Amino acid sequence: MYKSFLIKYAEIAIKGKNRYLFEDALVSQINLSLKKVDGEFLVRKEQGRIYVDTLSDYDFDEVVDALTKVFGIVGICPVVLLEDEGFDKLAEEVISYIDKVYPDKNFSFKVNARRARKNYPMESMEINAVMGERILAAYPNTSVDVHKPDVMIHIEIRNKINVYSTVIPGPGGMPVGTNGKAMLLLSGGIDSPVAGYMIAKRGVAIDATYFHAPPYTSERAKQKVVDLAKIVARYSGPINLHVVNFTDIQLYIYEQCPHEELTIIMRRYMMKLAEHFAKEQKCLGLITGESIGQVASQTMQSLAATNEVCTMPVYRPLIGFDKQEIVAISEKIDAYETSILPFEDCCTIFVAKHPVTKPNLNVIHNDEKKLAEKIDQLMQEAIDSVEVIHIEG
Amino acid sequence: MEAYKNMETYLDNSATTRCSKRATDMMVKLLTEDYGNPSSLHLKGVEAEKYIKEAKEKIAKTLKIEEKELVFTSGGTESNNMALIGTALANKRAGNHIITTAIEHASVSATTAYLEELGFNVTYLKVDSNGIISLEELKEAVTDETILVSLMMVNNEIGAVEPIEEAVKVIKAKNPNTLVHVDAIQAYGKYRIYPKKLGIDLLSVSGHKIHAPKGTGFLFIRDKVKVKPLIYGGGQQKGMRSGTENVPGVAALAEAAAEIYEDFDEKIDHLYALKQHFVEGVQKIDGVTVNGKTGRDSAPQIVSVSIEGVRSEVMLHTLEDRGIYVSAGSACSSNKPSVSATLTAIGLKKNLLDSTIRFSFCVNTTEEEIDYALSVMQEVIPRLQKYTRR
Repeated sequence: MYKSFLIKYAEIAIKGKNRYLFEDALVSQINLSLKKVDGEFLVRKEQGRIYVDTLSDYDFDEVVDALTKVFGIVGICPVVLLEDEGFDKLAEEVISYIDKVYPDKNFSFKVNARRARKNYPMESMEINAVMGERILAAYPNTSVDVHKPDVMIHIEIRNKINVYSTVIPGPGGMPVGTNGKAMLLLSGGIDSPVAGYMIAKRGVAIDATYFHAPPYTSERAKQKVVDLAKIVARYSGPINLHVVNFTDIQLYIYEQCPHEELTIIMRRYMMKLAEHFAKEQKCLGLITGESIGQVASQTMQSLAATNEVCTMPVYRPLIGFDKQEIVAISEKIDAYETSILPFEDCCTIFVAKHPVTKPNLNVIHNDEKKLAEKIDQLMQEAIDSVEVIHIEG
Repeated sequence: MEAYKNMETYLDNSATTRCSKRATDMMVKLLTEDYGNPSSLHLKGVEAEKYIKEAKEKIAKTLKIEEKELVFTSGGTESNNMALIGTALANKRAGNHIITTAIEHASVSATTAYLEELGFNVTYLKVDSNGIISLEELKEAVTDETILVSLMMVNNEIGAVEPIEEAVKVIKAKNPNTLVHVDAIQAYGKYRIYPKKLGIDLLSVSGHKIHAPKGTGFLFIRDKVKVKPLIYGGGQQKGMRSGTENVPGVAALAEAAAEIYEDFDEKIDHLYALKQHFVEGVQKIDGVTVNGKTGRDSAPQIVSVSIEGVRSEVMLHTLEDRGIYVSAGSACSSNKPSVSATLTAIGLKKNLLDSTIRFSFCVNTTEEEIDYALSVMQEVIPRLQKYTRR
């Protein structure tokens, strides 16, 4: 029955003169996400509002599902748009609207009118009162409750009259593309896809780097990361996934450095490589899924040690999160089931039984000197052999 | 050892085999020309029915059974399910005890677990370090309540061959009413098996292990043995397995079955020669051991190898990188890194459980391929052993 959706957005409305940039970004993100939905849609801006008009048959649930993945949207309101043909006609339409949307007429309601077009002959309060009476008369089992109504019937008088009573929550945040791009260090785990999602939510476009270590990690492990990148891309839009062959670097560190420092030193080189690709892709920062104290390589000391090698800012949106909180978001974005597929990733293959938890930077620097002979060449080989997979959401 | 470049070497024939030319031709013909439904009354249907009949004849001949004793299924897993659940449900008034072994394929062990949920008591026979059951223990286990004993003939992971003939004698001597099911999925096409002479009541076979298409298989059910069907519908296959028969699959399966038993002794000699050659070569590599019996005391096509200090997944991917395809443990369950029941049951050392690879050959495997696999292993194993989890 709905031919249009009214898109509510909050944060971007306050951005002053940049407002149109944000609105345009939101329109283009909505268009992008609707491309995957069968049907023809028109996304248009009108008087500080964004509408999605449906120009063909469409599946309601599919459209809502696509829209709930667009950052910047606060609410999705299936709306009926009416020509102004006088108040009596409007009341008739509202009563028939209620009939279609609420089959059992046993609820409390409140009419919430807004007169954006000031030449309309009735004021908001008057519309509320008269419309309320007409509804009560039509459906005697309903009642008015102005404090906690079951149903809030919005009537907005604009060029056309907007009638809606459902607000489906959107994901919030800001439209992707309004805040530059960042490079996500994506593993096959639970945390990194969530970290990517959270930064994308703030309007940041995402690229990703994955460290592949054949034969120690399998093609299926790589496929799993591609699948996770697809899940993040449903929200963030297209991702350039950089698959870096890390085996030789890892084995070289294994040969040359103390075993308990392997993970820390390895992560330092991962950060360096990710930063290299980040610069290439004109990213403004790195993103990791680290959370303080979660594992040995995420203690404050270890984070300092991995942080030291980058000049770019490293965004760690999960830094203060507990595992359960991360899992909850992972489940919400449908990444969890993929994340827990049991394939080994390259961080765990040679992990020491007792890795250092408080790495001393001087010691690390000293031990890294043992890599002097070949590390530059190996890093260059890893850069030259990178495989970039373009991932659409 | 850079004499060979990558040579595609498929040594995972116990996971599945390449479909033979004859089976493929048959399949294609029945998919595109003689595509009728055997239940149709018209000529196309009669024609299709004829293919089913011919298929039954061909297969029955390989087993020396009657045609009516065959039910076509979607493969080994369905055959095993039908054998176990079907006989358990049909014979529950005779008793509620079932015996099987600790080293069965999941299509048996998961099914007996389900039967336990339904209230049946299941005894799991232990095996020795070669994967062989004890006839003494079996004899002890059979009681008046025992309705079914399910034994695999050839173990899919280590190639152990169970003493089926003796086992049947032991079972029937103790309780003549106990039915015997044999999972012959890795044995059919490698051994001449005559279930009626051996006293076997049910026997499962899978098509794609013998160069027939995936999704094909059958269950031999000895005449007069009561089995409840698992799948209901139009009453095809005398009500034992409803659903339009997979005519192309059935005909291709029969073609592959007939084919594999042609020049049979030469084929088996070839497999044992390959196996011998491989075992001798692989044992020369430091840290490598072969599990279970070797030579003619074990199956001709399977060699299980443990490599100290190299995780099986790493070994598998290293070989894959050189064009060699093998399984880590058993392919059907190796997608999830659970510990293999068979390897645990034979008492393999803990550090080797996760370092075991299965090589499995077929009639088309060549000595050159074996040499190539050996040369790659000689080259990569010492290198892989250098990098271990410390």
